[in-house]
Amino acid sequence: MLPGRYLPIYIALLLGTIAVPARAATIQITMQDLVFAPAEVSARVGDTIEWLNKDVFAHTATARNGDFDVTMPPKKAVTSVLKKAGTIEYYCRYHPNMKAVLKIEP
Amino acid sequence: MFVRLSAALAALSLLGSAALAQGAKPTDPQIAHIAYTAGVIDIAAAKQAMTKASNKDVKAFAQDMVRDHEAVNKQALDLVKKLKVTPEDNDTSKTLSKQATDKLAELAKLKGAEYDKAYVANEVAYHKAVNGALETQLIPSASNAELKSLLQTGLKIFQGHQQHAEHVAAGLK
Repeated sequence: MLPGRYLPIYIALLLGTIAVPARAATIQITMQDLVFAPAEVSARVGDTIEWLNKDVFAHTATARNGDFDVTMPPKKAVTSVLKKAGTIEYYCRYHPNMKAVLKIEP
Repeated sequence: MFVRLSAALAALSLLGSAALAQGAKPTDPQIAHIAYTAGVIDIAAAKQAMTKASNKDVKAFAQDMVRDHEAVNKQALDLVKKLKVTPEDNDTSKTLSKQATDKLAELAKLKGAEYDKAYVANEVAYHKAVNGALETQLIPSASNAELKSLLQTGLKIFQGHQQHAEHVAAGLK
């Protein structure tokens, strides 16, 4: 037994235990020049999405399946918490050519 | 339907031919004027719709048009000020305005569901015509990079409006 060999593992375990309680994350999705970015985002139920509208136009993030419908005034940020799992296609009701996907893990 | 379609096609071809008739591609001051005029026309149509429309989706659509086109035109004004460009009236702008005045008068005679359908159908046709002009004429002719970029944003907005209008039109049937 060489303690030196196991020290990194011990530290890794220690750090692991600190990281283990899955904290709800905050994920930013921007709207700029009529584009949602990133176009595909992975998240978990309980995570917060910060919708940042950089355009001078109002936009919405509207789930095709009706799970959420967030309205963003021009140059404003709006937050919403993800409540249901699923692969959700969403779009802007005012500009339906704006489309993106949100993959929400349980 | 024939009347609307032919009006839209006429607007589209006039946009192209009026600019071509000048022998060369439109200049930036002319392009700025055409783009601004196109916005003003849609705002006027939307304001008429806000008072005349009966369907709530049509009313909401009209409000969206006023809000977006006013925002685009504000950006356009800010840009021409910054670039010290004076928008220049031209045959294309004049033709567009004339056709729009006629269209407003035609729509003013309609009522209720008939008005709603005619307004939305015209919005689809109008945005389609303007998008065609932006893509084939105005964007390729613009020489200033910032003007070109604003026109490209305008195109995305207008394409969005066209799809939105098509969606509203489908809901009216």
